[in-house]
Amino acid sequence: MNELKKVVIFGATSAIAEHAARDLIDRGASLFCVGRDQGKLEVIVTDLKIRNSTSQRIEGYVADLMDTEGHSQILKVAEETLGGIDAALVCYGTLPDQKRCESSFSMARDAIDVNAISVISLLTELANKFESQKRGVIAVVSSVAGDRGRQSNYVYGAAKGMVSIFMQGLRNRLAKHGVSVVTIKPGFVDTPMTEGFDKSSILWTKPEKISKGLVNAMESGKSCVYLPGFWRWIMLLIRCIPEGLFKRLSL
Amino acid sequence: MSKQLLSWNRYPRLCAAQIHAISNRLAHLPNAESSMLAYGNGRSYGDVCLNQDGCLLMTRYLDRFINFDSDSGILRCESGVTLEKILSIIVPKGWFLPSTPGTRYVTIGGALANDVHGKNHHSVGTFGHHIRSFELLRSDGQRLECTPSKNSEYFHATIGGLGLTGLVTWVEIQLAPIRSPWMHVESKSFPNLKEFWSINQQYEAEWPYTVAWVDCLAQNKQRGRGIFFSARHASMEDAFPCFKENSWRIPVTPPISLVNNLSVRVFNEIYYRNPNRPNSKLTHYIPYFYPLDKIKNWNRIYGRKGFLQYQCVLPHESAEAAIDSLLEIISKNGQGSFLAVLKTFGNRASLGMLSFARPGVTLALDFPNHGERTLRLLDSLDFVVKEAGGALYPAKDSRMSGEMFQCGFPEWESFMKFIDPKFSSSFWRRVTQ
Ligand SMILES: Cc1cc2nc3c(=O)[nH]c(=O)nc-3n(C[C@H](O)[C@H](O)[C@H](O)COP(=O)(O)OP(=O)(O)OC[C@H]3O[C@@H](n4cnc5c(N)ncnc54)[C@H](O)[C@@H]3O)c2cc1C
Ligand SMILES: NC(=O)c1ccc[n+]([C@@H]2O[C@H](COP(=O)([O-])OP(=O)(O)OC[C@H]3O[C@@H](n4cnc5c(N)ncnc54)[C@H](OP(=O)(O)O)[C@@H]3O)[C@@H](O)[C@H]2O)c1
Repeated sequence: MNELKKVVIFGATSAIAEHAARDLIDRGASLFCVGRDQGKLEVIVTDLKIRNSTSQRIEGYVADLMDTEGHSQILKVAEETLGGIDAALVCYGTLPDQKRCESSFSMARDAIDVNAISVISLLTELANKFESQKRGVIAVVSSVAGDRGRQSNYVYGAAKGMVSIFMQGLRNRLAKHGVSVVTIKPGFVDTPMTEGFDKSSILWTKPEKISKGLVNAMESGKSCVYLPGFWRWIMLLIRCIPEGLFKRLSL
Repeated sequence: MSKQLLSWNRYPRLCAAQIHAISNRLAHLPNAESSMLAYGNGRSYGDVCLNQDGCLLMTRYLDRFINFDSDSGILRCESGVTLEKILSIIVPKGWFLPSTPGTRYVTIGGALANDVHGKNHHSVGTFGHHIRSFELLRSDGQRLECTPSKNSEYFHATIGGLGLTGLVTWVEIQLAPIRSPWMHVESKSFPNLKEFWSINQQYEAEWPYTVAWVDCLAQNKQRGRGIFFSARHASMEDAFPCFKENSWRIPVTPPISLVNNLSVRVFNEIYYRNPNRPNSKLTHYIPYFYPLDKIKNWNRIYGRKGFLQYQCVLPHESAEAAIDSLLEIISKNGQGSFLAVLKTFGNRASLGMLSFARPGVTLALDFPNHGERTLRLLDSLDFVVKEAGGALYPAKDSRMSGEMFQCGFPEWESFMKFIDPKFSSSFWRRVTQ
């Protein structure tokens, strides 16, 4: 069992991260919450402080994570505030409009910058820190969309896929140093990111359910978890379809 | 389209054109093409929380605490926080909800909009009496902070205002101090209504919480038999066993209602005669206030067609005779109800223009939905209620006529000017158009 007493959350205003934060404080964690929207972040940090029944610390920190130059500074402040770091949860991103990315490279690049490049910058800092302290958990929320490119969202999928593969390598590198590298692959989650989607199918899940599985995976140091679990089988199937056939499907 | 949202009794099944989750209280309302209405946790019975072909603003993610002063017991939180979550935070600090309905799975915004009441109405009034302030977000972007003295017209229109005046984003309430999470509960059976009235008078004077269950299928001499429960919060000196809640689920919706004449008759007989019911006991607050919460989706036992609630209030002068007539009609008709609850309201006038609670006696019943047959029975009950000068509870209604509503809520016309021009509900259209 990994210790989760001092946790840094990147993207603390995301619906999934907010619920994960509630679960983490229930398990006794102190939190350092990074978000870019000061108003939203204050609302969430205040709430977490009231929900917290003991004397754990909960602090907010405003930063746009696209600004990769600032990443090492954030980690430094987090470490000073919490007195060390047991775990980091990276849970932010944007879901770009695929159609518009097809006609605008700069939109596609922005999506890849925020969903992949900025995450890799964070992971580089985190990896070196945890490698030297020889313990810790790095959890990143990737997506099932990163498992195979599909015409409906391959820009987002490519960014998530890059993160997933980067995480695989990192896990391989850090295993011998006692660091857990946890890739979380949620399916369809009912959050502001997917506002306006048709959510009538049974494949949709509430963020509070995803967050439970996420925190459990961090605690037990799993390598890669699909949430909810049935997505493992759906994605296995989707990955098995031969490309010759797959290219003709409208997925 | 998103999943269809239903109310608790799963009738009527009305589809909204759009469901919009609100999670940021600092943001504007969405630019919906059709009318909007807040949807809390859907624990109303009927269509006050539904908006056919319109837009529902789902508030379950508007669920943050804003301030809790554990010295003064003042709590401010967003409108989608459930009473369950509030209790889990305040009870360990020695505070309790000043007033609570019979389930803790309602949002504080829903409790405000229906100006709900609890078993302690005779001592403390309704939920609205304990609201210090709230913010009302209107579709034109205005944010009105409402208190009894500031924007007070909107304060009185929005409490019990059935969600029509805009979106309540946060609510501040005054909590009540307690010394323990346990309750002293006394129970006493009564053989008929006459006995109920005398027990009620005696207990109300001494106990903060009172309520009675009545056997609505018992006929003739036994008509109106039941059990009277009174309770108060226990004090610290009592010794407490520890409490662990376990809950069940109904796994599937049966095709037909499991609540029928026979099952209700058997249940009522056993419940009334239960020789093991202690006269006095110590109970944790959860099973005392929220016995139905133990079965997470008990509403399913009524089958696919759902069920109807019927809750009326009758003025004191006419209550005795009217309740007797209502029970007579129901017992003869033989469409029974497990949950027949009788309680007197105190004399504190409610704050909302459309609040339901008023001095008098309230009777609440539920009936499996047998279509026409059930609707006819309820129409005949309406007749008695109307004659007696009573009113029906909008939070528990899915079928009353416009006339019945307008008689019971004479302020409905002056209320109209406070309705947000972009808000409406299926209930409101049904009873006013
Ligand atoms: C088992 C059970 C027992 C009950 N016992 C009692 C009882 O003892 N006493 C009693 O009074 N009631 C009782 N009720 C009814 C229940 O308390 C009310 O219907 C309550 O209002 C439901 O709250 P909700 O959050 O589910 O709101 P919903 O049912 O979703 O909505 C109720 C109303 O509130 C409005 N609303 C919700 N949120 C907001 C908001 N943020 N801003 C503006 N308007 C809003 C909606 O538009 C709607 O008009 C009971 C219900 C059940 C299921
Ligand atoms: N919803 C799904 O179906 C789903 C499925 C699989 C994976 N995921 C992943 O889950 C994670 C959380 O998303 P969510 O579903 O919870 O949606 P969400 O509530 O919309 O959260 C997205 C968050 O990312 C933040 N963000 C975006 N760009 C940022 C930047 N440059 N710097 C800092 N923060 C930034 C947003 O901040 P603001 O609040 O300031 O906008 C927002 O809080 C994301 O990585 C997403 O890709 C979601």
